[in-house]
Amino acid sequence: MIKTDALIIGAGPTGLFTAHQLKLIGLDCEIVDNLDKIGGQCIELYPDKPIYDIPAVPECTGEELTNNLINQLKPFDIKFHLSERVDEVKKDGDKWIVKTNKGNVFTTPNVIIAGGVGSFEPRKFSVEGHEKFEDKSILYSIKDKNIFKGRTVSIFGGGDSALDWAVELSNNCNVNLIHRRDEFRGAQATVDKVHELTKSKKINLFTKFQLKKINGSSNIESIDIEDDDKNIKNLKTDYVLGFFGLIMQLGPIANWGLNINKKTVEVDTEKFETNQKGIYAVGDICNYPGKLKLILSGFHEGALAARACFKLARPNEKYRFEFTTSSKAIKNRLGVKSD
Amino acid sequence: MAKITYIEHNGTNHTVDVQNGLTVMEGAVQNDIPGIDADCGGSMACATCHVYVKEDWFDKINKKNEGEDDMLDQAYEPKKNSRLSCQIIVSDDLDGLVVDMPEKQT
Repeated sequence: MIKTDALIIGAGPTGLFTAHQLKLIGLDCEIVDNLDKIGGQCIELYPDKPIYDIPAVPECTGEELTNNLINQLKPFDIKFHLSERVDEVKKDGDKWIVKTNKGNVFTTPNVIIAGGVGSFEPRKFSVEGHEKFEDKSILYSIKDKNIFKGRTVSIFGGGDSALDWAVELSNNCNVNLIHRRDEFRGAQATVDKVHELTKSKKINLFTKFQLKKINGSSNIESIDIEDDDKNIKNLKTDYVLGFFGLIMQLGPIANWGLNINKKTVEVDTEKFETNQKGIYAVGDICNYPGKLKLILSGFHEGALAARACFKLARPNEKYRFEFTTSSKAIKNRLGVKSD
Repeated sequence: MAKITYIEHNGTNHTVDVQNGLTVMEGAVQNDIPGIDADCGGSMACATCHVYVKEDWFDKINKKNEGEDDMLDQAYEPKKNSRLSCQIIVSDDLDGLVVDMPEKQT
């Protein structure tokens, strides 16, 4: 059981700056994020796109913003739990017990949801009956490539993941690569490699096709793929891999007893607290009259939620507002010399 | 200004006036039309404002932007006439446009 003053869910810009605010006022915090890297949407969706409305930063990319926020956290020791999803939040007296899908359990008076539009999950196939094969013969990520050895694998998608795995698995598997159009969005060198392997019959390439039907009872026997003109091809296969990128799902947050309105969590504007005492929501995921989905709004919301956390984490102390320019205590926490 | 009709997957029709310069996505969001999520807010970074443009309109509207098809690869049930509604800019020429929405966006 990990004890902390506040647990932040989401390592996007809002979660990162909220952590900064917590540490500045002398509270501990840990951060959990379902992605394998820090930065949230900024890093997953638009690392290269310029942002023009961060105060005092005329222009920066999602990646630059993330790196600057991480740099700002350098003075502090903050534990990140990446590739980990919070599944359960339960009340225990005046504390919250928070469980993740990796078996970590936190006990904390404060949970701050900075979850953006929810957690990133792989987009799945939509054809009927796909669920019963999932995690067995339909996969959206590969943990152990050796299970495919000598088998037939049908890979769907046109990005780097699909192409890289098609190339890699063609070494010792029978690979079908299926994509909805002729063009691929993967790196050109990999695209060239795929075409080369197609010529040498190492990869069977089917473009302008999509998955139509899965045949088989306990194991997949074959799949039907269909093109735009409704022509159907049947492919024998042992495994089906889908690489269609990530989508955002509210996920387990919906089950924590919070007031949810159109995939957002309702909060007050004093503490950014939800209808549950000690659970806050900040950034894109929160909702209140006048809410703007701007990064700068998330920073403000996080700063106020952090102050609210102080009350519950240090019930016997009084919070005193201080400036970073003058506070000796804050400068100590930042490890900078005070005058 | 253009009259645009959004058809939900269950067949429900919504016809609204959308100002020139807005996108077809914004026209839906500003009029509270269900079926368009637009998670990324129109930066062509997700595929949750996906629509099917009726065949007779598909060739009349602006062509797909670079990168749009890359995002559509990640959409829910993309078809030949799939578009991201955040990439279709409304003008008088689009008066009468009809778009169908997929069963869901995510």
